[in-house]
Amino acid sequence: MSKQQIHWFKYSAPSTFYPLAGRLIPWFWGLFAITALAGLWIGFFVAPTDFQQGEGYRIIFVHVGASWMSMFIYLVMAFWAGMGLAFNTRLSGMMAQALAPTGALFAFLSLWTGALWGKPMWGTWWVWDARLTSELILLFLYMGFIALTHAIDDTRRADKAGAILALVGVVNIPIIYFSVKWWNTLHQGASVSLTKAPSMAAIMLWGMLICAIAMWMYTIAVALMRVRSIILERERHTDWVRELLASR
Amino acid sequence: MHWNSFSDFIAMGGYGLYVWGSFGVTALVMILEPWLVRRRHRLTQQRLARQLRAEAKLEQTP
Amino acid sequence: MLGIVTHTIARDLRLALRRPADLASVLFFFIIVASLFPLGIGPELELLRQLAPGVLWVGALLATMLSLPRLFADDHRDGTLEQLALSPNPLGLMVLGKVIAHWLVSGLPLALLAPVLGLQFDLAPDALWVLTLSILLGTPALSGIGAIGAGLTLGLRGGGVLLSLLVLPLYIPVLIFGAGAVDATVSGLGPGAHLSLLAALTVGGVAFAPWAAAVALKIALE
Repeated sequence: MSKQQIHWFKYSAPSTFYPLAGRLIPWFWGLFAITALAGLWIGFFVAPTDFQQGEGYRIIFVHVGASWMSMFIYLVMAFWAGMGLAFNTRLSGMMAQALAPTGALFAFLSLWTGALWGKPMWGTWWVWDARLTSELILLFLYMGFIALTHAIDDTRRADKAGAILALVGVVNIPIIYFSVKWWNTLHQGASVSLTKAPSMAAIMLWGMLICAIAMWMYTIAVALMRVRSIILERERHTDWVRELLASR
Repeated sequence: MHWNSFSDFIAMGGYGLYVWGSFGVTALVMILEPWLVRRRHRLTQQRLARQLRAEAKLEQTP
Repeated sequence: MLGIVTHTIARDLRLALRRPADLASVLFFFIIVASLFPLGIGPELELLRQLAPGVLWVGALLATMLSLPRLFADDHRDGTLEQLALSPNPLGLMVLGKVIAHWLVSGLPLALLAPVLGLQFDLAPDALWVLTLSILLGTPALSGIGAIGAGLTLGLRGGGVLLSLLVLPLYIPVLIFGAGAVDATVSGLGPGAHLSLLAALTVGGVAFAPWAAAVALKIALE
């Protein structure tokens, strides 16, 4: 137990995490390349044409992954934020800040690909469906987090304030989702029912899953790259950063 | 394999604009973001190294 | 325990009454926003009646938000806030008092004003009642959630715009159920379910938000 704790705290120190992240990044890029190629190959060459949606359904391979990642990254971000608040570890706040822009980008991609899917399928770029609206609000929450952490110069305060916002957001996401859903069912007349998913062949599901894994690997790689920049900027006055820079 | 030709592949059964619009923008984002992050890291390293050299110089000259 | 809350409420109310112009500007903002919509949309009563719940609720939402940056700013400037944070009393109770006081000078007058503005939109009497009731029930949650945002952005440059960016997405459920209650009355469904959910949001918001806001304040004061 105590051994494990030493291990844990060793890697939560920015000075040891920085080189570790540097070593891990190529591995995650490699995993990303393999899974992305496999996912795209299944998506475009193995998965059959959908009998209802024709070839248009192939957007699913990027849309579903982006939507999952946008939600999942917010949870991970809130987890790191909570860890930072509870244990006062410096690295947690940096991880939360490194994840936020990628999460916001995935939320944008989810909306973008959703619109491009919606146009040929439902005849409109946008419907006020519960899922779409919640995704849009999730993008707003990411924007709020990024704006708040960038507005505060003191990094310790920025981390903690961002942490509270992220946690408040996590508590609110289910409330927002259910309120939008309730609102949507009351105004059903105007919108299209999206609850019926196209019947999916197993191979389509596999392609989707592999594409989502590829995006996951991408997220880890980019977040590690970004956290390295943040570590350097914040620790610039420490000895280990000076040595690192002097040795270049 | 259900594409008879390359133009068939591009057309995506009439959904080409939508499918390639989705995948294209996703690819663009997934190329641009790592590039920008990499650039930021490089610039940070350069800036901090420059600061360090300037400080060292300042210490040398009495 | 309760003494801190009532003491804070009394103190904030006294301060607010000393500057009635602040209170009046919030109300005028609400009136102007609500009056702009018919000018932008056109005078068709049928259309206005349909839009009224949403327009009035969004107006009330924005008006509540307008006074949020001042919630802690004055006490922060003269150092009162730091003293309160250092005192042995739980800071959350003080924030609760400030939230209630904020509601008394923003949410409550807005609710009383709303039916008058509802007349501009030709709302039926029962809809006017539900409008008042829904704003009465919903605005405490807005003040509570707003306090978290005000605590997080305390002392930041451009804090006001940032505050709205943080708080508005979190206001969405209140907006949906508040405007939904009036909508349901207009369409004859009955506002019961919406109002109960709105009350639940307010109870939850007022119970938990002050504590989150207190943590945010402590971070800002560190």
